[in-house]
Amino acid sequence: MNRPAVSIVGIGQTEFSKGAGRSETQLAAEAIVAALSDAGLTTDNVDGLVSYTIDPVEETELVRALGIPEIHWSSRVPYGGAGSQGVLQHASAAVTSGGACVVVVYRACKARTAARFGRAVVATSPTSSHSGSTAMQWCTPYGILTPASWMSLNATRYMHMYGVTSADFGRAVVQLRDYAATNPAAHFHGRPITLDDHQSSRWIAEPAIRLLDCCQETDGAVALVVTSASRATDTPSPVDIAASGTAAIFEEEVASNHYRPDLTRMDGAVALAEQLFDVTGISRDDIDVAMIYDAFTPMLFMQLEGLGFCKPGEAKGFVADGRLGPAGSLPCNTNGGLIGEGYIHGLNLTTEAVRQLRGTAANQITGARTALVSASRTGVILRKR
Amino acid sequence: MTSVEEKPGELTRPAPILTEDNKAYWKETVQGRFGVQRCTQCGRLQHPPRPMCPVCHSLEHWIVELAGIGVIHSFSLLHHPRHPAFTYPVIAVLVDLDEGIRVASNLVGTDPAEVRIGMPVQVSFAPARDDTAVPVFELRAVTA
Repeated sequence: MNRPAVSIVGIGQTEFSKGAGRSETQLAAEAIVAALSDAGLTTDNVDGLVSYTIDPVEETELVRALGIPEIHWSSRVPYGGAGSQGVLQHASAAVTSGGACVVVVYRACKARTAARFGRAVVATSPTSSHSGSTAMQWCTPYGILTPASWMSLNATRYMHMYGVTSADFGRAVVQLRDYAATNPAAHFHGRPITLDDHQSSRWIAEPAIRLLDCCQETDGAVALVVTSASRATDTPSPVDIAASGTAAIFEEEVASNHYRPDLTRMDGAVALAEQLFDVTGISRDDIDVAMIYDAFTPMLFMQLEGLGFCKPGEAKGFVADGRLGPAGSLPCNTNGGLIGEGYIHGLNLTTEAVRQLRGTAANQITGARTALVSASRTGVILRKR
Repeated sequence: MTSVEEKPGELTRPAPILTEDNKAYWKETVQGRFGVQRCTQCGRLQHPPRPMCPVCHSLEHWIVELAGIGVIHSFSLLHHPRHPAFTYPVIAVLVDLDEGIRVASNLVGTDPAEVRIGMPVQVSFAPARDDTAVPVFELRAVTA
């Protein structure tokens, strides 16, 4: 394959908390300054901004806070959390097209103290910032009001088809919490759990999702700096973007994905894997460490299968065999994932992948050279230089 | 997104969110009829409704009444968070209708512990706010 054209040269984040006590714009600005400092660049170098349709920070306010002189590219990615890696594809397009030279990718949320995902809030309009949630209108009159409830309908079918139990999901959560326990940035730092802890946690959506299967509602921000691979050579610690892709499939919704024929299969993840692996020639065996969007544990299982790391129905065995652990064949979500570290919309999985390839992760996987980040319908493969 | 935090005591389920593209569907359910969109040109049945047929691109369609008979394709017992209009756990279901359409709904009149995938169901109607009604499902007795 060709030498990658685009690189991630800086990462930054705020603390992850249950109450930031400051605005999303401030959180984003703090994370961006940290990422630029990490890259050895300044706000004067930035000419591109990429975020998400559901991000609350306005570009004009961010530029005003940061003092960026001039923006040449700005774009936003839809599809909610499933779109969370699409920002790297946008940033790559900006750089390779000549649209911008240095692109900042960011996400700021106050998912705990502002718009909480886990509340019983009844929408009165059919769309939420073009993020794939228009479809929730078909769930609202039925009290199916949260991402966990939407997704649980797919998960119950998955459990039924393949004989998967809540304890099977729990084994993955125990591993995620083990990683989080030794990650000082994680919400659950120092707090590992047992399978019994998982099994005794209360139901959110029975039989698929217990409390400990849910990602954290987190306040915080994450930013990355993207530029050309050639320019990246002058920065202290670049990581190359070897592949990026998006696969949004006909009739597939975001969290309320209820209308595809086979709800146990993530068709978007299957198509994404074709782009990331089959088209590029990168092998699944090349992946040393994987970050897989784990808003709820069943989504992790269904992506392991959709991405082709195991066959349909085999994720429970894959997990039970310890494959996701530090000594496994696919160390996964080594920061503790969205369940253990926090939920910055999945962009904190991308920064963890960068840390692994730099050799600076809290739970460092020895010799990690190639990392996958999947959000089920957007994803990237990153490579150490 | 505009939204409201619900206050305890509002005991009727939320009204459907009406749009130009879905109002024909909900207009039928308010009348106690359960139907889905059929393309006038190619006859495709489809749900959720949409302004254009994705196969033939016709803009003409109407709501054709369905038998309201199907099976539970999947379900979930929703325990948290709680909304004052519902009894918990809420039985959320995806129903595969005999005509090949899938809808999200509730199963009513059944012990949550008894719910299984594959159970036969039939449509019923439940009142919702603003003098509306939405299709829900009950278990259907099947004669051998």
